[in-house]
Amino acid sequence: METIVALGIGVLTGSGVWLLLRPRTFQVIIGLSLLSYAVNLFIFSTGGLRTGAAPVLERGVAGDLAQQADPLPQALVLTAIVISFATTALFLVVLLASRGLTGTDHVDGRERER
Amino acid sequence: MDHLTIAPIVVPLLAGTAMVLIGDQRRTLKAALGLASVLALLALALVLLRLADGADTEAVRVYRLGDWPSLFGIVLVLDRLAALMLLLTSILGLAALVFSLARWHRAGVHFHPLLQFQLMGLNGTFLTGDLFNLFVFFEVMLAASYGLVLHGSGTARVRAGLHYIVVNLAASLLFLIGVSMLYGVAGTLNMADLAKRIPTLAGEDRALLEAGAAILGVAFLVKAGMWPLGFWLPTTYAAASSPAAAILSILSKVGVYAVLRLWLLLFGGAAGASAGFGGAWLLLGGLLTIAFGSVAVLATQDLARLAGASVLVSSGTLLAAIGAGQVAVTGGALFYLASSVLAIAAFFLLIELVERGREVGADVLAVTREAFGEAEEEDLDEEEVGVAIPATMAILGMSFIGCALLLAGLPPLSGFLAKFAMLAPLLGPNGGSVPFISWALVAALVLSGLATVVAMTRTGINAFWASPERAVPRVGVVEIAPVLLLLALCLALTVQAGPVMRYMHATAGSLHAPQGYVQGVLSAPPSGSGEGSGR
Repeated sequence: METIVALGIGVLTGSGVWLLLRPRTFQVIIGLSLLSYAVNLFIFSTGGLRTGAAPVLERGVAGDLAQQADPLPQALVLTAIVISFATTALFLVVLLASRGLTGTDHVDGRERER
Repeated sequence: MDHLTIAPIVVPLLAGTAMVLIGDQRRTLKAALGLASVLALLALALVLLRLADGADTEAVRVYRLGDWPSLFGIVLVLDRLAALMLLLTSILGLAALVFSLARWHRAGVHFHPLLQFQLMGLNGTFLTGDLFNLFVFFEVMLAASYGLVLHGSGTARVRAGLHYIVVNLAASLLFLIGVSMLYGVAGTLNMADLAKRIPTLAGEDRALLEAGAAILGVAFLVKAGMWPLGFWLPTTYAAASSPAAAILSILSKVGVYAVLRLWLLLFGGAAGASAGFGGAWLLLGGLLTIAFGSVAVLATQDLARLAGASVLVSSGTLLAAIGAGQVAVTGGALFYLASSVLAIAAFFLLIELVERGREVGADVLAVTREAFGEAEEEDLDEEEVGVAIPATMAILGMSFIGCALLLAGLPPLSGFLAKFAMLAPLLGPNGGSVPFISWALVAALVLSGLATVVAMTRTGINAFWASPERAVPRVGVVEIAPVLLLLALCLALTVQAGPVMRYMHATAGSLHAPQGYVQGVLSAPPSGSGEGSGR
């Protein structure tokens, strides 16, 4: 499972970085989204990857990270999702404003001279 | 009394929320609310500064939200450094708000709430005691700064804002990767606990932790504008409206603050095998930033970009001085931080007043103007500045000279004292063996000062003497007052250099010996009041 998750994170990051370096604002925003998915998965995986681990403590049983899933990365990832969602939405607005003001979707606000 | 520590976060949060509810029409009410809030913040910062500098010198004040024990809950920590940064933030907030009252707060919607949320994010960043909250407050601060950068709109701002947002979103993702790696290795997000656990780590874990810390550091250094991560900075700062740019001048210092706090805490002398990790990178990166900033200062022909380049020089100076890793140099760097933040903010505010009444781009090469984008004319009535001041040109000129002296580090103002305080310990009292890298830092500090003098003199001559067709700008009292306030504070720093320097050296001392911080946070007694203060 580690291999699959690692490959997934790697592919998302690679695509995200490539898109981030592209000249169109739409590609940039998709790249940022992919990158944030990769980062979210990464944060999630820092808690250790396990199947069938109990998410919450059982009554009367002392908690143990070998048995239970680590709740903290899950809390972190939730916060990170919310924040990246909000900032991406904000970026989308700026992207549209830039498109409207400059008349192009190039990230520099003008096309390169050829 | 206990709740005083969280007040710098709660006050702007409540004020900003109330402003959003008030709606955009009632600007006077919002301005009054904002003014009350920043004045309250200023008073709070002064009180907290006194508390942090109290008789019990090594104590930190710990505020635990919801009264959870430090390891489980969220903690806010007030020490000397945090108190100093809070004070600087509130001063800049006051200056920017008063300046904006002349016309800028009418140039777009939601200026006042954005400013409040900006202050809240900044204060939270300085107070927080764990890494993930540092991220959250970073994002609050950044989200508000996106709005402030775009305030007033126009093509140049949107274009610069687009780059600014992308760069910072990418940096935030790096931040998250770094934080989660640290958590994965050390199993804690509390900074003090992290500092305690680092010396006990095994070999392969240590490598992973250092990698995580380096990624985290990159995120901070993007914010601080270290070369080669800071190319976005001058363009963004130059495009922002002047009150926003004044606030942004402390935003770049947030990156420096985070480096100062975390690097000295996590990789100080007590870190075992990791002690001093990355110090050479900070020093080298700082030197390169100074070099790049100095070239940028010389190359630019535009006042706003000159100020942006000065931000780079100041960031580079701070990073290099921190990277030198000596207590006395860090003390001088903190003095420099206070002086340069105030001076750059004053300069950003002054620029707009000087530029007013000049033909747009009069002394700017057409090429530069083309690359930067034509400055947008604000649809604001020139006559609306309120009560105009007499002897405008004399006051503006004197303020400009003050800014130039401060930024270049010439006597008699505090910029000189700050540079001297950094240089003197570098050259060492024992004489003789001064390492090469110290000489490099000394040379960089002196040469960057020279570059700033040359650039400021040239632009000053262009702005004040060599443009015959200029009209004397109408400058309102509320516009010049914040500039004069900031410069007067720099003057006060100069006159009161003794006590201020003592404070800075005490701050540097406790940063370099963070046992007091770690002990204070981890052993904070439960308050027992049980009133559930997690607002």
